[in-house]
Amino acid sequence: MCLGIPGKILDCFESQGLRMAKVEFGGIVREACLQCIPEACVGDYVLVHVGFAIARMDEQEASRTYRLLEEMGQLNELKPSDNENGA
Amino acid sequence: MKYVDEYRSGALARNIVREIRQVQTRPWVIMEVCGGQTHSIVKHGIDELLPEGIELVHGPGCPVCVTSLEMIDKAHAIARRPEVIFTSFGDMLRVPGSEADLLTLKSQGADVRVVYSPLDALKIARANPEKKVVFFAIGFETTALANVMAVWQAKREGVKNFSMLVSHVLVPPAIAAILQAPQNRVQGFLGPGHVCAVRGFGEYEAISSRFRVPIAITGFEPLDILEGTLIVVRQLESGRAKVENQYVRAVRREGNRMAQELMSEVFEICDRKWRGVGAIPKSGYRLRSEFRDHDAGRLFEVEEIDTQEPAACISGQILKGVKKPHDCPAFGTSCTPQHPLGATMVSAEGACAAYYLYGRHLRKEETGHVT
Repeated sequence: MCLGIPGKILDCFESQGLRMAKVEFGGIVREACLQCIPEACVGDYVLVHVGFAIARMDEQEASRTYRLLEEMGQLNELKPSDNENGA
Repeated sequence: MKYVDEYRSGALARNIVREIRQVQTRPWVIMEVCGGQTHSIVKHGIDELLPEGIELVHGPGCPVCVTSLEMIDKAHAIARRPEVIFTSFGDMLRVPGSEADLLTLKSQGADVRVVYSPLDALKIARANPEKKVVFFAIGFETTALANVMAVWQAKREGVKNFSMLVSHVLVPPAIAAILQAPQNRVQGFLGPGHVCAVRGFGEYEAISSRFRVPIAITGFEPLDILEGTLIVVRQLESGRAKVENQYVRAVRREGNRMAQELMSEVFEICDRKWRGVGAIPKSGYRLRSEFRDHDAGRLFEVEEIDTQEPAACISGQILKGVKKPHDCPAFGTSCTPQHPLGATMVSAEGACAAYYLYGRHLRKEETGHVT
């Protein structure tokens, strides 16, 4: 139910006094309400839930998390106990 | 898809599992709060990847599941009225009330329509001024923003034939209720990432320090869930209890301030009954009286409905993390997604329905929990 899908803003416009956007999700384009993410603009990624953007994705934090996870693997490879379970 | 595919890497998942194995010295019970996380865990088999002794139990975070039978019956009574177009998220259509579900009512002539967003329900109201358009507003804090926005916009535009039947639930009071239950087994939590994207995680810091329980605000992809688990296991092993944010790409500590302001303008906190769990004080939202003209609960007189849940159903204990689907003799036999007996089987995000969907009812020998 609380599914949120990250999508890229292609275009911003106004409808019935609300700030709206066309947002692309892996090739599919849908409208989403941007009213509560005033700083988001074309090219940004936003997290969309039932037609509403609830957060702007933080690209720097995303790549930092990913890098840390990758480094975890490199560190693991240096540890001697790594071989015991063959996972 | 950016921000999705990279969090499904099998190689990185194995790295995190290895790290958990190195950190862990004894068994721990961790609850994922959100139904979306439960679904992801069962779909990707994450619980089976984890080292023995790290047990994930499934929380109450499926709003479709926990919507009370009384509220569903009330929705059905409104949907039956000839002057009403009843709109709902698709998840609610098959949820059985005491007599039928919304799909059955539709087949009997009721005008029931599925919408993707509550703004679509508002569009239907604008296009059908002679009808009363009612939206079934269920969900946690994540969905509250969308529902609030639709009713706020209806008031602003003067769309008088649009109303909402509100049955919103809140996560923090449910976590507190689980921790206070005498039979509680949960030692750490994966917090609900999308709820916190809206609300922030200040409320979770209060819970963490009050109950001395680790909480990792966690996303929904396999790597998110594994990393959240690692964060909680590290805290448990070192005797720490605080809130850490695994889902930094989407969640800030303060959440979405603009959304919060709008939500408190339209909704106020109320007591709420949870299906399978019972009443939890201050665990729901209802419309403020300024929005009473759009409150379907006030606009439509519905008789008090007396309901009874099947005695065989143990969904209350499953929602609190005390039991698992396999502990129930009805699971996969007399209780299936086609004929659900209770809360955790009525929606795909319920623990029982997720287990069934991914074939776990075929493995009856599986025991409920590791002791």
